[in-house]
Amino acid sequence: MSGAPTREVARRVFATEFNDAQYTFKESDEERAPVYALLPTGERANRVFVVGTLTETEDVGSDSEYWQGRVVDPSGTFFMYAGQYQPEAASFLREAEPPVYVAVAGKPRTFETDDGEINVSLRPESVTAVDADTRDRWVVETATRTLERIQAVESEEATDDEYVSMAREQYGDEEGTLNLDQYRRAALGALEELDEEESETEAQPPA
Amino acid sequence: MADLRQHAESIHAQFEDTLDVSVEEIEERMETLVDEYKVPAEEARRSIVSSYLDEAGMDRDELGGGGGGNDLVQAADVDEDEQWVDLRVKLVDLWEPRSDAISQVGLLGDESGTIKFVSFTTSELPTLEEGKSYSLGNVVTDEYEGRYSVKLNRTTSIQELDEDIEVGDDSTEVEGALIDVQRGSGLIKRCPEEDCTRVLQNGRCSEHGEVDGEFDLRIKAVLDDGEQVHEVIFDQEATEELTGVELEEAKQMAMDALDTSVVADEMKAEILGLYYRVRGPTFGRYVLADEFERLGPVDAGDALIKARSM
Repeated sequence: MSGAPTREVARRVFATEFNDAQYTFKESDEERAPVYALLPTGERANRVFVVGTLTETEDVGSDSEYWQGRVVDPSGTFFMYAGQYQPEAASFLREAEPPVYVAVAGKPRTFETDDGEINVSLRPESVTAVDADTRDRWVVETATRTLERIQAVESEEATDDEYVSMAREQYGDEEGTLNLDQYRRAALGALEELDEEESETEAQPPA
Repeated sequence: MADLRQHAESIHAQFEDTLDVSVEEIEERMETLVDEYKVPAEEARRSIVSSYLDEAGMDRDELGGGGGGNDLVQAADVDEDEQWVDLRVKLVDLWEPRSDAISQVGLLGDESGTIKFVSFTTSELPTLEEGKSYSLGNVVTDEYEGRYSVKLNRTTSIQELDEDIEVGDDSTEVEGALIDVQRGSGLIKRCPEEDCTRVLQNGRCSEHGEVDGEFDLRIKAVLDDGEQVHEVIFDQEATEELTGVELEEAKQMAMDALDTSVVADEMKAEILGLYYRVRGPTFGRYVLADEFERLGPVDAGDALIKARSM
């Protein structure tokens, strides 16, 4: 690992949690220091990897092209935006014919709306069309990782963890208690849905 | 004086191949300098080594490490002959010695992999036991037909460790989503000079300047499992299997587009976002893909059972 800066890992997170990750921070004063979104389950994310259904694309730019894509997972919708600085992703969205399964590696970005709300979106580094198997694999992986993070928050060692403490401060109630039930339900729900689909497929007699 | 004896043995080990000198002789010279002339042991040793270097017509650089100051190395990292090194290893396997001169022969291992070792009868070292872990100081590397081993010698220090050293396989296995294809992937040109395979940048080799390069296929990719990031290299054969694009076809694509980058773009569209498991040896920070497979769906039922028990 000599000299080269360490590449940031791509977190696995469902849309419902991603869209709640409204607090962002840097860990150094340097201009090009990485920006992290704080996940409510007590982890920092500079990059995420998402697989879902691209349901809609729209050029929302006024002067130049600025493409919006909606990517749906079992829990909700990710919004991604690609403009002139993401030419490959923009051209993918321009030519895509939804619905199609897509894999997106990208960075979380936040912006404040006119009425003061903070929206979390995805700035893609790459977007590619993938198959249903890849999507199913991502759902299981993301559910597992999410439940692992929730378990870590609820474990006793969590009091020492920097990002868990940060999450309690930013997203917790007055006592610093985090309500993670919705994310747990989303993860379990996604697995149940897949499990049912699998059983149905297996139950069908061979054609 | 046990210290002087140790110094003498380690000097002896450094010169046993080049000079006919006994440990006793060296010890005597050490004693004279240290006991009679009150020269510090390290300085005495230095002066004796110097005189033997003169006698043997050698440079100090040609000398092995002797005692102390060796690098602690990993078994799989040994890639040079006649280096004096230290190891922290477990005795994985003992073999039957084929000669009376050999007291023990077998396989040592650490996290990085395994390496053969030989211990000679004349070194009078304590015997090592299978399954136990040791810190070995001052062993010499050896090479035979490209395979490396270590020789224990009289000066080798052996210390049994309380911990159980885990022994790794030389090849690693990594998996995750292929989330990035790095620069220098796709259709590339390599320097045609003998033993130089450097990848050309704008038709130039950093060693041989402007050359007529030879086409090759390669992919440098990033596998990410959400917890860890692994960099992976696919060589020509692996790249063809991975992407379905063969070298001749890639050349044609580049020629039609008057641009080699179309090859990488086409390959990216095929593989980005998919899950893979890759096995192979590590080179620096890269895993070289000897074998790989695409990962399909996982059983949601199993994951659900596990999730509910969390």
